[in-house]
Order: sequence, then C-alpha cells, then structure tokens
Amino acid sequence: MSLVRRLARAREAGILVMLVLFSLVVGLIEPRFLSGETVRIVLLAIPLIMVAAMGEMMVLLARHVDLSIGSILGFSAIAAGMVFRDHPEWPLFIGFAVAILSGAALGFVNGLIVTLFRLPSIIVTLGTLSLYRGLLFILSGSKQIDPNDIPEPIIRMAQTSPFGIPWIVIIAFAVALATWLFLTFTQVGRQIYAIGSNPGAAPLRGIRVVPVTILVFTLSGALAGLAGIIYAARFGYVNPGITGVGFEFTVIAAVVIGGVSINGGIGSVAGTMLGVLFLGAVQVALPILGVSGFWQNAIYGGIILIALVIDRTVRAGGIRGLLARGTA
Amino acid sequence: MSASEQRQGVNQAGRESAAAKPRWKILLVRPESVTFVLLILATIVASHLSPFFADLGFILESSTYYIEFAIVALVLTLVIIAGEIDLSPAAMMALTACIFGTVLKAGAPVPLAMAASLVSGLALGAFNGFFVTVLRLPSIIVTIGTLILYRGLAQVLAGDKSIGSFPSWFVGIDYRMVGIVPVPVIIFVLASIALGLFLGITIYGRQIYQIGTSEMAAIHAGIRVRRIKMGLFLASGLVSSIAGLMTASRLGSVRYDLASGGELTMVLIVMLGGTYIFGGRGSILGTFLATWLLVIIATGMTVANIAINAQLTVMGLLLIVSIVATNWIYARSQR
Repeated sequence: MSLVRRLARAREAGILVMLVLFSLVVGLIEPRFLSGETVRIVLLAIPLIMVAAMGEMMVLLARHVDLSIGSILGFSAIAAGMVFRDHPEWPLFIGFAVAILSGAALGFVNGLIVTLFRLPSIIVTLGTLSLYRGLLFILSGSKQIDPNDIPEPIIRMAQTSPFGIPWIVIIAFAVALATWLFLTFTQVGRQIYAIGSNPGAAPLRGIRVVPVTILVFTLSGALAGLAGIIYAARFGYVNPGITGVGFEFTVIAAVVIGGVSINGGIGSVAGTMLGVLFLGAVQVALPILGVSGFWQNAIYGGIILIALVIDRTVRAGGIRGLLARGTA
Repeated sequence: MSASEQRQGVNQAGRESAAAKPRWKILLVRPESVTFVLLILATIVASHLSPFFADLGFILESSTYYIEFAIVALVLTLVIIAGEIDLSPAAMMALTACIFGTVLKAGAPVPLAMAASLVSGLALGAFNGFFVTVLRLPSIIVTIGTLILYRGLAQVLAGDKSIGSFPSWFVGIDYRMVGIVPVPVIIFVLASIALGLFLGITIYGRQIYQIGTSEMAAIHAGIRVRRIKMGLFLASGLVSSIAGLMTASRLGSVRYDLASGGELTMVLIVMLGGTYIFGGRGSILGTFLATWLLVIIATGMTVANIAINAQLTVMGLLLIVSIVATNWIYARSQR
C-alpha cells in the first residue's frame, strides 16, 4: 500500500482534516485567525492539556478512565507551590520532584484500588476525584499560593527558553515523544494496547495485567503532577478551589477527539496531539469569532458526543452497521 | 410419579439445601442490612457527640440539601440495577432549573415555566437514552459527554449571573412543613414508597433486575430491553428537573453551577445503599436508608465544625469503601 493511501486510511487523517477545515472556516470569517499570533496563543494554551492527555490516553488504551486527574493536578500544584513558598532556599528541582511524585503516588492509589478490588475505574476515580480535592484543601489549609510565592524561573518557563520557544511547550512535546517511544518500542507499551483490546485474552498471553494497569494509572498521575507545575508556571498562582476543577473533562474531550477509542486498544500519540490542538484552536477561535466564552463547555461536550458517534460508526463498519439491529 | 410431584421433589431438595444457611445469615449478607446497622451506629455516635441529634426536627431540617440529590438517586438506583449508569442528572438539574428561570424572566407565569422545565428534563433524558439505546454507546461515557454539554448549555443560558426574583409562593419549599417534616422529605418518602413498590412487585421492576443480571438472557426472554432502558433515562431526566425545581425553590435563584458536584453525591447514595455497580442487584430500601446515613454523617461533620471542603475527603472515601464492601458481600454470598 502506498504511503498516501495508508495515510488516508489512518484515523489521524480525519482529525487532521477536521482541524484544517475548522481553521479555514474560522479564517474565512475572521482572517486574523490565520496568523502567527494565533499559533503562538494556541501553543501556549495546549501544553497543560497535552501533558495530562498523554496520561489519560494510556489509561483509555487500557480500557479504563481516570476522572481524578483534575484533582491530582491541583494537589501536585499545591504541594509544589508550598515547597516553593515555604522553602525558597531549596533548589527548584525539588518542587518538580514533589509535584511529579505526589501525582504518581495518587495515581498509584487509583490503580491499586481498581485492580485489587476489580472495580470500574470510572466510579473509583469519581471517588478519588472528591477524596484528593478534599485532601488538597486540608494540605493547603484552603490558602492560595500567591503569584509572588512562585519563583521567577518557574514563571519564565511559560514565556521563554534558550531556544526561543517557551519551556512548557518544549516539555509538552518531549512528553509526547517519550510517550510515543514508550508505547511503540517497549514491551510494556505494547502490552497496554493488548490489555485494552481484549482484557480477557491478555493474561492468557502471559501479560501481567495488574502491574501494567497500576503502572498506567501511576503514569497518568505523574503526568497530571507535571501538568500541575505547568499550571503554576502559566497562571502564576494555585488556588485549591479553582486549580484543575473540571480539567479531567477537557482532557477526556481532547483524547476522545483524537480518535482514542473508549473501548480501549485503539489510539495514538499523534491523534491525541491533534485532538489537543483542535481543542486549543476552538478555545482561541471562540473569542476571535465573537462567541461568548460561555459556549466553550457546551462545545466540548458536543464534540465528545460527535467523536463517540464517529468512533462507533467506524467500528460498526459504516452507518448501515450502526443502525443494524442486534446487540453490540 | 406425575410431573407436578416431581417438581415438588425438586423444590423440597432446593429448600433443604437452602435450609443449610440460617435466615439471619442470609439477612446479614444483604448490603441493605449493613447500611441499616451503620445508620444506627452513626445515629448513636452522633447523638453522643452533640445534643442536636436527639432532636428529630433538626435532622429533618438539615436534610433538605441532600434530599434533592436523594430523590434523583432513587431513579439512579433503577438505572444502575438495569446495568447502566447516568452521570448527567446534576447537570440536568442545573440546565432545567436555568430553563425555568429563563422562561420565568421572559414573563411567563410560574406553572408554564415549571412545565417547560419538566418537558426539557424529559427531552434531555431522551437525548441520553437515544445514544444508549439506539446508537448502543456505553452510558458511562455518553453521560460524561452530556454532563459537560448540559452544564455548558446552562452556562450559555444563564451566563455567570444568577436568575432570581421568583414569586414568593414558589420560594422556600424547604420551610414548608407538615407537622415537623419539611415538604421535600415528604416528597422523598412518597417517591421511595412508589418506586420501591414499582421495583419490588411490578413486572417492569422484575424485568429491570433481569436486564441487569443478563441483558442477553433478558432479550431472549422477550423483555423489551431498549424500551425499558429508554424509560429509565426518561425518568432520570424528569426526576432531575423536579429536583432542579426544588433546588431553585430552596435557593430562591438559579445559576449554571447549581448542584455542581452532585453526581458524586448521587452515586455515593446509591452505592452506600448496597446497589451492585455491575447491575442486577440492589434495592430502593437500601438507597432510602443510605440517604439518612449520609444526612447524619454530613450533618455530624458540619456540627463538628469540619469545613465543607474537607468533607469532600470523607465523601470520596465513603464512595470507595462502600463499593468495595458491597462487592465483597456479593462475592461472598454468591458462593
């Protein structure tokens, strides 16, 4: 099969076409959308979602869902912010380590509960969503981390780097690259796809489902923790009642738009990146088009449903298969 | 030996093997019994901690916030027993309440605005049901999508302002009393009895259990699975709009973030009542008892001056503990 035909058949192609069409339509209505400035704003808006989306993608690939990443992001951001505030003399990497490790620990707990008791991850993480949010209120004493508590170099990560591109953008793309390498070239990476494709068959093929699943949740937590640092860098504050609230839904929207199947086993880093870009483009396009920002969530919700229907249609082999009678 | 005698023989054999398990043991492994014991324990502990708890009126008054979610949780119990889930009711409460507020602000009389809210509740439920029964998508992810969509539409409708100035007769349903019982509690009790009877003694109720136990078997037994599921999602939409109106009446105004986080409370009540997350088992009695358990725990924490935000920890932990416990009990009783 020629390269062109293979590209045309890939799931990612559809998302790319959607993204290009969307940009063109918005550009036709409001030409200033198609400018370098838009690219810059989109690039600054997406690292936060992209980093967490890589983790959520792996969770979905293994046929699970993690609803708690918004709370994990908030928890890690608060924990790192408190380190920055209370111990300004410590080197910065300790703050990073605190954010990533606390995220990983919370993700590990998710994975442990889900696998140990064989419970649906959506309900477990609905519980931990609330549990972790409560813990972060207790940890922070309901106090915000103020802009002047966050060290200058952290804030500058969202503005510049020696290469001209802000650090957070570089981090986001590095995480995407690492995720791609992990999923494509390591045994465990392939096993994640195997588990999601057929959870019943995976153990018969000698895959140790429990440790791999726990690892996936731990990675998702760790990446949400890293996203917590990016949040602090980009917004310059961390508020226990605001930071990361509803973030899980944005991330799930991005991942599902990116063609990752909610039935596990299907999805790619490239698709997820396109999904994140698409959400970023929508986010930037709304104010340019003069549409109220209040529409954003409704549009995200609508996009998720459309992506679900498309995914279902593709799996059923077209519209006819979708409407055929019988159980699926 | 005739066929009926033979059947009797089988029945007797069945009874003998059942007799090996004493009745108290069967009763003990029912999750509702655990909920009931916890409820009594919580009441005893709480009444030792604070004299407020000796006062039934105080508990009833402080229950009205949870009762709104509990009324929805009754229907959610049926949905979960049927093997589906609906995570969107809290968002439906917000959207239908905002529709009520918008219609009222446009100058319509209250009954018309209420009708608009109830009809839109049915429509939102039908939308969920369409995705689940016609397109056969998993309800768990569909209702995450619609949860964002409905909450987003409420935001579009109401912006970040609250819509208020309702007529005074509409406001304050939680202060209307029958004796010492607030009206919302009466509605909840009546709804519990009605749904409990529906689930327990009608054919539809038994069919809901059948669907949740094995959907494939239910289809082959001639049960109209899709129709029943559609009915459940419609009921979920309708009851959400009723709960939304009750919240609007209690608060005297509506905002897009009305009942935010309510999905956790609703699922928590159902799980705490011992309904099996994978479907096929559960009861309205359990949900009813769990409501009062949650009311006592939450009120207890408030009386003990634990901040609302910190209470989230306990709620999340309770949800996890209750599904783990329910699963464990069912796994044991199956042996």
